[in-house]
Amino acid sequence: MPDTKKQIISQLQEQILLLQGFKTPIGSAESIGLGEIEAAFPNGVFPVGTIHEFLSEEVEHAAASGGFIAGLLAILMQNGGACLWIGTDRKLFPPALKAFGVEPDRIIFIDVKRERDVLWAMEEALKCEGLAAVVGELREITFAQSRRLQLAVEQSKVTGFVLRNDLRKLTSTTCVARWKISPLPSELEGDMPGVGFPRWNVELLKVRNGSPGVFQLVWSAGGFVLINKPILQTQSRKAG
Amino acid sequence: MQKRFVTIWFRYLLTDWLAVKRPALQNIPFVFAVKDHSRLIITAANKLAEAQGVTCGMAVADAKAIIIDLHVIDDMPEKAAKLLKALGEWCIRYTPIIAVDLPDGLILDVSGCAHLWGGERAYLKEIVIRLKSKGYDVRAAMADTVGAAWAISRFGQVTPIIETNEHTTALLSLPPAALRLEPAILQRLRKLGLTSINSFISMPRSVLRRRFGDSFLLRLGQALGLEDEPIIPLRPIQPYEERLPCLEPICTATGIEIAINKLLEVLCQRLKQEGKGLRTAILKCYRIDGKIVAVDIGTNRASYHIPHLFKLFELKIATIEPALGIELFTLEAPKVEDVDPVQEALWAGKPGLDDLNIAELLDRLAGKVGAGAIHRYLPDEHYWPERSVKLAHSLQQKTAINWSNDKPRPTQLLAKPELIEVTAPIPDYPPMLFIYKGIRHQIKKRMGRSASNGNGG
Repeated sequence: MPDTKKQIISQLQEQILLLQGFKTPIGSAESIGLGEIEAAFPNGVFPVGTIHEFLSEEVEHAAASGGFIAGLLAILMQNGGACLWIGTDRKLFPPALKAFGVEPDRIIFIDVKRERDVLWAMEEALKCEGLAAVVGELREITFAQSRRLQLAVEQSKVTGFVLRNDLRKLTSTTCVARWKISPLPSELEGDMPGVGFPRWNVELLKVRNGSPGVFQLVWSAGGFVLINKPILQTQSRKAG
Repeated sequence: MQKRFVTIWFRYLLTDWLAVKRPALQNIPFVFAVKDHSRLIITAANKLAEAQGVTCGMAVADAKAIIIDLHVIDDMPEKAAKLLKALGEWCIRYTPIIAVDLPDGLILDVSGCAHLWGGERAYLKEIVIRLKSKGYDVRAAMADTVGAAWAISRFGQVTPIIETNEHTTALLSLPPAALRLEPAILQRLRKLGLTSINSFISMPRSVLRRRFGDSFLLRLGQALGLEDEPIIPLRPIQPYEERLPCLEPICTATGIEIAINKLLEVLCQRLKQEGKGLRTAILKCYRIDGKIVAVDIGTNRASYHIPHLFKLFELKIATIEPALGIELFTLEAPKVEDVDPVQEALWAGKPGLDDLNIAELLDRLAGKVGAGAIHRYLPDEHYWPERSVKLAHSLQQKTAINWSNDKPRPTQLLAKPELIEVTAPIPDYPPMLFIYKGIRHQIKKRMGRSASNGNGG
């Protein structure tokens, strides 16, 4: 009896996921290279074709988020796709992306003056099917604005990344996941001189229909490597 | 209707053109010359040089013996054809059918045109005077056939206008060279003592054919009007421009949208047929109060895709102020390019910068936020981080240099350098700590140096 109940629940869950736009992976779904973090997402697949939200409190966090996103872009753009990076006050240095496996000349930077234009450009770009990903640097985003972006990607299946740096007005959004990336000091074996591989403390604050958690990652040998076992938090069932 | 032709002979086409361009050459003898094996051969001589006996085909060394300070200019092989084409297009004001007659003439089919200028004499006078005022020494003649007009313009002594059906008599006294014959045939005619057309025109055709060949009879027939002479008229390039007059003045956005759509349909139809696409387009709205409002769009790659171009204009409609109403719309495309033929893909195309969707997206973005906001970077071979990238001019631009991955680059680069204070244990040694905005940062690890003064900065 408990078995059948479990089965019914899992079936219902699957149906709900389908209604929410998460497709069950057909065969072996492509991995984004995040290893065990992907298990935090519904069906165990990193959701592409949706909007992800990255929070950065401080300037260093923004730099770390940039590097982490570059690592994700490398996989998304590996079949020759192009990416748009939209912002008002861009500090990202294109050649740095090469270290994370991204060809910087396939990224088109749109540097606009007003926040409004970032949203407009991002929405237009997310509607364009030829792109692999769109990154937008924003101070804040309202629920309605995030819903517009979400509606845009539902048609085109472009992956969107929103980088937010004003955490005082942290509103709920329609984004599928909310990340917080902060830098970690790199470690080297023994007493080797120099700087080691970049490390991040990845906090998955919210995952729609998934399980948030905290992870430590290091970029080595052209991919993300998990440092320790993830600490899974209790699933938060709050909407948004 | 009786056909009438005018031929114009530019006696010193190249030299006149150069004299107009460089007034310093107007009063000195000069020639164009081309190198033939080890000597220079004259290809064109101006009037002053020709008056002293310097002719085409002469060696420059011989010419310099006649005129010591002869000015020699390198030959421009394609220039004459280009000049004649331009002059022919200018002459379209006189008649719609104009052909270039290389190397130094124009043929105008003027049937039914002369009366518009008040008769044939006034018509021909107008052409000659206008061309002379431009600096060209021309001779023109009018006759029923191209051949006769050609002969009279080059060799005629009496009158440039040969009345209808009079051309045979007019030709009689001219030398055989007036028939546009080959040099070999001319030489043979001279050998036989046939120095004017009169002397052989009454000979039986079979005799002439046996002696001089078919081409001779063809030329003779063309001059006399017995044979047809087709001419290839110049086709002037139509500018890419469409007009849309309105019955009632337009003052609503919907009305403007309809107008833009209609204009784009006609223009894109033509562009598509010719395999071209527009890169820039200007929409001009003529208002009833006499003002013209213009908006322009640009595309990243040539396009004749109506929905896309319409979207670009749609962004600008808000800036069009109709005031009391717009009575005329014109749409012109000053810059068009060949469109790469798009191949229907059997499978989904590879996404990338060549994707048409991206080009169209960037056009829309450029239309709203300005083309200056869009940047794409290419690697450059410089040591300094800020100089290791350069802006790409187009989406397709590539460089031979690859992105270097040998040294770590900062993820972010400040637009303006900010001040930090460092403490080093001994000079020229890596620092122990730095103070940035009043906060002390201890340095735990360090590696290399990214920027150095080695670049002269």
